[in-house]
Amino acid sequence: MTSVLEPERGHTQGPAVWCRRVTKDYSTGDDVVRALRGVDVEIPYGEMTLLVGPSGCGKTTLISVMAGLLDPTEGDVALLGRERRDLVGRALVEFRATRIGFVFQQYNLLPSLTAVENAAIPLVICGWKRSLAIARAAEVLEAVGLKDKMHQLPSQLSGGQQQRVAIARALVHSPKLLVCDEPTAALDAESGRKIMELLRATTVKPGRAVIVVTHDNRVFEFGDRIVHMTDGRIDRVELPSTQRTEFGTEHTASLN
Amino acid sequence: MSWLAWRMLIGDRTKYWGIVFGVAFGSLLIAQQSAIFVGLMRRTSSRIIDVTEADIWVMDKQTLNVDEVRPMPENRLYQVRGVPGVEWAVRLFKGQVVVRTEDGGFRQVFLVGVDDGTLIGTPHELVLGSAESLREPDAIIVDQDGYKLLFPDQPLRLGAAVQMNDRRAVVAGICRVSPPFTTLPVIYTRYSRATVYAPHERNMLSFVLAGANKGTDPAQLCSRIAEQTSLKAMTSNEFLWFNVGHYLRNTGIPVNFGITVGLGFVVGAAIAGQTFYLFTLENLKQFGSLKAMGVTNSRLIGMVLLQAVAVGVMGFGIGIGLAAAFFETTERLQNVALRGMYLPWQVVAVTGVAVGLIVFLASILSLRRVLVLEPGMVFK
Repeated sequence: MTSVLEPERGHTQGPAVWCRRVTKDYSTGDDVVRALRGVDVEIPYGEMTLLVGPSGCGKTTLISVMAGLLDPTEGDVALLGRERRDLVGRALVEFRATRIGFVFQQYNLLPSLTAVENAAIPLVICGWKRSLAIARAAEVLEAVGLKDKMHQLPSQLSGGQQQRVAIARALVHSPKLLVCDEPTAALDAESGRKIMELLRATTVKPGRAVIVVTHDNRVFEFGDRIVHMTDGRIDRVELPSTQRTEFGTEHTASLN
Repeated sequence: MSWLAWRMLIGDRTKYWGIVFGVAFGSLLIAQQSAIFVGLMRRTSSRIIDVTEADIWVMDKQTLNVDEVRPMPENRLYQVRGVPGVEWAVRLFKGQVVVRTEDGGFRQVFLVGVDDGTLIGTPHELVLGSAESLREPDAIIVDQDGYKLLFPDQPLRLGAAVQMNDRRAVVAGICRVSPPFTTLPVIYTRYSRATVYAPHERNMLSFVLAGANKGTDPAQLCSRIAEQTSLKAMTSNEFLWFNVGHYLRNTGIPVNFGITVGLGFVVGAAIAGQTFYLFTLENLKQFGSLKAMGVTNSRLIGMVLLQAVAVGVMGFGIGIGLAAAFFETTERLQNVALRGMYLPWQVVAVTGVAVGLIVFLASILSLRRVLVLEPGMVFK
């Protein structure tokens, strides 16, 4: 792969994300709903971790906590070597802007921007000059196979192509953590498979952790580790052997 | 990020122009109605505005405004002249009389009688003839628009005869004047002739116009005149606002125009606010994504405000442009009802402030939704 897809240098010691006894409560009027019930999990660098489970099991809440979008109610979280509780306000926002890439289920591309402009957004957020950001985004788009679609609007692209743009956008600022929410849910089986192949090929690097939330068991084969959730807890962690040797990662049998 | 805000705004052209035209419509209504209101108020004082020589207007204490005058005895002129600091003082008659034309038609007109010696109070802009022609026997000067009302479908010419109070008068000049509040013709003649043309009353002196000595403050001189003569004395500017104040207090004009201007504001704010709010709601997911990707609240506020300012400036420009075009067109068409109406810069400024308020209110609603947005909602 080309160098534009490499993560930034920096913290790679220990797990990329580390959660201990994490709980998360939501208040709905007088009721309190406990979405996470003491989650212990570690997400290592250089692997694609799939977070799977039935609807309402807490996947979205856990991924939001691990991406620094939600504060846990209790428990400890460490993100890329930083204590989550130390990241507040502007520091947290800047941390997300520079260290984390996002791929959304519905792509969430800005409809009025071209593919290359959409892909350049994280760099613009980080303060890059627009022209430099677009030049860099063009390189990443080329790397994800959209060289000839750079100046198309999202509405002129297929679902698979839009998700490729979203992947390029998530990678353009060389994040150390990539968070993907159901990246294949809006795609047909073939397109979904291609997207997972692309994600595997372009995102999984030694200095980067990739978390993919999915309920699509057809894509389980792409994960280095599969974290099963049930009712707000980690049920079990699987380590499929098919993908585990690419970067020589050594897994422990279970994190629970 | 301003680039991003702008591109988001114009991405949906229909909504973009919807917001812009909401603001433009509000601007047009506010500017056009305010300008007509200001023009009407100015018209109430047009006879004061046209007398540029006088520093001071002296009148009976009971006089209500420039049109509702309680006449004074002639000797009041000499009392005013006797006040220290008065350089000169002359008489002015102002009344309404009926004019009969040669073809039997008649019209109510404003009759202004200016000082026989100095002709102070005569209009300055003559289309035909000259001010000096007033010195001829039975001479009158008629305003251009009034001439068209007195002599419909006739070309402007000197020498046309009319009757007032069964006395002959001859058009010796045609002038341009500031349009009066009502569309009555304005006729100028000498004071001595005016008192003949008008129905006779015991007192005929409407106003004494006075000039202050060099170095004398007109406002202080007014106080001195009032003190020494028991008359009401005001500077031209004070009299203008006194007159405007009378119409504001005693007519429904400000209420009516106020309602229209208020409606313009409400409708503009409603259209722009609602469309802008819907625009933001539809982009909420995008704003959420940006928030998740690390855009701070302050930058999002900047983006929304930039979008609001952009549509505000565009809408304001279009609205003011349409209002200006309206007044330009009525001027070119020489519309009698709207003659003299124009778009003062003060109205443009006030409209700008109103539009600023409209877009501010519109963006406040939207900003609230953006600011309370949880970045985690992007995963829902």
